Amino acid sequence: MSDTLLRVRNLSVTYPGDDGDFRAVRGVSFSLGRERLGIVGESGSGKSTTGRAIMRLIQHPGRIESDELSLGDTDLRSLSERGMRKLRGRRIAMVLQDPKYSLDPVMTVGRQIAETHRTHMASSKAAARAAALEMLEAVHIRDPERVYGMYPHQVSGGMGQRIMIAMMLIAGPELLIADEPTSALDVTVQSQVLSIMDQLVRERGMGLILISHNLHLVSAFCDRVLVMYAGQIMEVCDSGRLAEAQHPYTRGLLAALPELGQRRAELPQLQRDPAWLDDIAAPMETRA
Amino acid sequence: MSAATTATPAARGRVRRFAGPVRRVAGVVFSVLLTFLGLTCVTFVIGRVMPIDPVLAIVGDKASAETYAQVRAEIGLDLPIPVQYWRYLMKVLHGEFGTSVITSHPVLDDLLHVFPATLELSVLALIIGVVVGVPLGVFAATHRDRWQDQVIRFVSLLGYSMPVFWLGLVGLLLFYAKLGWVEGPGRLDVSYDDIVPTITGLITVDSLIAGEVEVFWNAFWHLVLPASLLGYLSLAYVARMTRSFMLAQLNQEYVLATLAKGLSPWRVVWVHALGNVWVQLVTVIALTFGSLLEGAVLTETVFAWPGLGLYMKNSLFNADLNAVLGGTILVGVVYIGLNMLSDLVYPLVDPRARDRW
Repeated sequence: MSDTLLRVRNLSVTYPGDDGDFRAVRGVSFSLGRERLGIVGESGSGKSTTGRAIMRLIQHPGRIESDELSLGDTDLRSLSERGMRKLRGRRIAMVLQDPKYSLDPVMTVGRQIAETHRTHMASSKAAARAAALEMLEAVHIRDPERVYGMYPHQVSGGMGQRIMIAMMLIAGPELLIADEPTSALDVTVQSQVLSIMDQLVRERGMGLILISHNLHLVSAFCDRVLVMYAGQIMEVCDSGRLAEAQHPYTRGLLAALPELGQRRAELPQLQRDPAWLDDIAAPMETRA
Repeated sequence: MSAATTATPAARGRVRRFAGPVRRVAGVVFSVLLTFLGLTCVTFVIGRVMPIDPVLAIVGDKASAETYAQVRAEIGLDLPIPVQYWRYLMKVLHGEFGTSVITSHPVLDDLLHVFPATLELSVLALIIGVVVGVPLGVFAATHRDRWQDQVIRFVSLLGYSMPVFWLGLVGLLLFYAKLGWVEGPGRLDVSYDDIVPTITGLITVDSLIAGEVEVFWNAFWHLVLPASLLGYLSLAYVARMTRSFMLAQLNQEYVLATLAKGLSPWRVVWVHALGNVWVQLVTVIALTFGSLLEGAVLTETVFAWPGLGLYMKNSLFNADLNAVLGGTILVGVVYIGLNMLSDLVYPLVDPRARDRW
């Protein structure tokens, strides 16, 4: 991992509340090369918020703080909102969970894909359309011309997610954040969507952050896995060595996974230890 | 939506099974007919329970019992109720609403004469309400809980809670009497009366057709104040609804996705989110237009505007039952028409509705 794509040091996201601040992400640090990094954790562990904070898409009144947040040579912290906008979609993009909700229901999918192109490439209508059709083909859509004119409610979940990927990759970003990209899809199309995403990420030499609650999926798909709990990173490990994970939280997650062909009356419940949080009060450095 | 769409779940079920434009149109026609039947039932019953004796209104209280009985039989009040209703329905369908006691014209002629005045007023009011109200609502939503939002909400609340007649009088006092910016009550200065031939009944349109620019401007300056006033009332409602629809849209996932694509907040709000807000606004605007026709009653009274509202008010105060019921049916028919129209416009703004055709 010679060239580091993304550097995150001591990232925190805080939401002010009536009874004190709520810290959704606490002192998260990691760096990413042109590799596939998985972030796993249960609901509310701050994994999605981390992804959104990197794109600076935390809604008011949430606050993002960090010691370092940079993409290549660009310091994302000092960038103006305008500069940030130029970067979203162009250098970092994000795929969301459910294409049913993450595509504008009253605009044709083709126009939504072309829109990204027009925004970043200042392209003509015809050029953007041509690029969108090409992109539809790249995500293995057989009849791009027909699909271009369809509305989101007319396409299936798997096709919708491929359209979402097309919309996010058309301007050629270096980093893709995929936030639970397959959890809203049927099991049968999950792997298909993942492999298309994988293929594009490899071909283009991009970095990928795959956010998921699904340990199996992340360990099978990613090079490294980052385990989060309560806004903090518990453990980082190579996905091949997940079985050797040390932290009790990761071990607990692994133990709670059902396995095919193995009968168990009850899956062990995940035991959470409040001490984990004090344990790592100091920001944890991870290797690059 | 109101009666026109809720009335016929059965018709809708049929439509779904035999999907096709023909079935769909049949469903709409069926629901319209059903609503219309309900409307005439209501007006018929109102006509019978009103503490006004229609016979007495015609013959006067000095007439003999014989004359009374004779007139009563003439207008069919001695027949059984269902027969009376049937005769009433047939008449209504032929546009016979009887004769107005005060104007002694057929009610239909009166209505055709006064309705364009109201239409002119409420169309301009609606345009003001939408053109100003929608952007205000969007702006309030994007500045939620900041001072801009507070100001817009206060202004809308004012429009909600101020009595129309008071606003009208103050408006006349200020803009007509004191400042002289607009013309006073009525549709035209007396000196301009009867210059322009009536084609549509909308003076601003007729004067332009006739090429009478001076008449147009006079009519326009008469129209501006009452239309702005009514427009303000509808604006208040439209802005509030737009604000809440917009807030709901801004929480949707696709808004996050469009931001992640790198679009400007301006484009996200005014193209993507507003495109979805229109879907919901269609119904609100149609209903606003309907309520403008009702709201016109007080406004027209204050501004001596010879429209449907003033006509209804005068008829009501003079126990002119035929005119009142005729006017009620007209308003009801307009409502039904608006409902139908919004059903037809729906697919234009919502692709999901297009597929259901």
